[in-house]
Amino acid sequence: MKTFTNVNPKSVQEAVKLLGQQGKTTAVVGGGSDLLGMVKERLIQPDILVNLKTIPGLDKITEQGGEVRIGGLTTLATISQDPTIRSRYKVLADAAGAVGTPQIRNAGTIAGNVSQRPWCWYFRNGFPCFKNGGKTCFSIAGENEFHAIFGGGPSYIVHPSDTAPALVALDAKFRIAGPAGERTIAASEFFAPPSKDPSRENVLAHDEVLVEIHLPAAPRGLRSTYHKELDRESWTHAIVSVAVALEMDRDFCKKARVVLGGVAPIPWRLPKVEAMLAGKRITPELAAQAGAASIEGAQPLAKNKYKLPLTKAIVKRTLTAVAA
Amino acid sequence: MSRKSSSKISRRHFVEGTGAGLVAAATVAPLKGQAPGADVKNRTQGAPSSPPRTKIKFTINGAERGMEVEDHWTLVELLRDHLGLTGSKIGCDRGECGACTVLLDGKSVYSCSQLGVWIDGKSIITIEGLAKNGRLDPLQQAFIDHDGPQCGFCTSGQLMSAKALLMHNPHPSAEEVRAGMTGNICRCSNYNHYVEAVLAASAAGPSTGSGGNAA
Repeated sequence: MKTFTNVNPKSVQEAVKLLGQQGKTTAVVGGGSDLLGMVKERLIQPDILVNLKTIPGLDKITEQGGEVRIGGLTTLATISQDPTIRSRYKVLADAAGAVGTPQIRNAGTIAGNVSQRPWCWYFRNGFPCFKNGGKTCFSIAGENEFHAIFGGGPSYIVHPSDTAPALVALDAKFRIAGPAGERTIAASEFFAPPSKDPSRENVLAHDEVLVEIHLPAAPRGLRSTYHKELDRESWTHAIVSVAVALEMDRDFCKKARVVLGGVAPIPWRLPKVEAMLAGKRITPELAAQAGAASIEGAQPLAKNKYKLPLTKAIVKRTLTAVAA
Repeated sequence: MSRKSSSKISRRHFVEGTGAGLVAAATVAPLKGQAPGADVKNRTQGAPSSPPRTKIKFTINGAERGMEVEDHWTLVELLRDHLGLTGSKIGCDRGECGACTVLLDGKSVYSCSQLGVWIDGKSIITIEGLAKNGRLDPLQQAFIDHDGPQCGFCTSGQLMSAKALLMHNPHPSAEEVRAGMTGNICRCSNYNHYVEAVLAASAAGPSTGSGGNAA
């Protein structure tokens, strides 16, 4: 691996300052699972690694006035096993527990999981695509069975994170620290489509750190779950996934948030499906209609049409299961 | 590791560029990182070619240890190349195969995906730390009894994942064992024997849960 200096800042402010220094290539690192692979593949060649693991207090789950706050460095294993997250925000515990393998979940952090780079094989193998600073997306005419059916263009990567759709479904807020201070934005505003900047997946600046994730107080009757469909039984990214959060009043769905993963360059919300479900009893018929509506507007590529019936089916089944 | 384009694509370049050659790449990299003829151990501190180094303290298989590491060494490189603990294997070197699995503060991690410098103040258990006073850990014995290892390359990683699983869940179901060991690939495909071995070790008694130096 390329040589570099590992720096252990003591505070977020120090980390931000280190990341922004001029004349050096810097990279922020949490768990390291994705970042070290990128360095080994020479997709990035940092002079300085800014290691967040030594900043105290960034790996805690706390509660403030009903709101649950998850430090950016909290591991996926911790989140998947946390009693509060499991009981109130099941969709997030499910999603964190669905990531990779035990080893990945023990090292991987929530901030790293939502800001990991795409796993498109062209990008990871160093092709000069948009993500590697080039001006094309090789998947359009190439091997695109795992690529986007929604929101593609000019890049057709899919966002690989399991926790991202869950956080959008829960209407989480992301607290970000940068040189000018802090800002807090909605999870849905954090992820950015390729039409905005095809080289990036989110709005985090190079010298910003995702410090904390805030989950709004769980509304009464919140039922949520995450379903991940894989092309083998374990240890890979979703080919299609769905995060569902329903506010139920007895049999009736008062409000719904339904977000797909693995099908678009960002977590893909389904506002039309959400509107169909609001104020209704979720019968098998309504779930089937929602499934059918979930693929409206999809634009599959040559080799990923199989994602359409798959998306329909898992939206239908997951809604039925949550409402039951 | 080079991706320089050449008019003629050699097999070597093709293999290195596509990931099938990751093992080859992993063995080439450390050589490339050294100046010609340089001996890492004897390198003069502060020489222009010297990579950044950091002094760290950690516990390895129960013994406290202090040393100076190069910042870019992965944990598995630190273990194998500088501590002589070659039981942890480098398979993919990308956090995918599990052959390098060790326990970091009691939790299983891929040691290829950690930096050595990050273990400052932490405790590491490797495969070499499982046997105690010349006696195999019950898991190791169960792996032997159930013909777990075939070629054996993945075995130390499989054992460390099994160890982590039983430390946190001393009596798992077969399904929980399978889920707990999804991060370890066995290309001989001897998964069922590994699962049987872990279940047998778990049934054998409570000593498994706190065996070795991991307690």
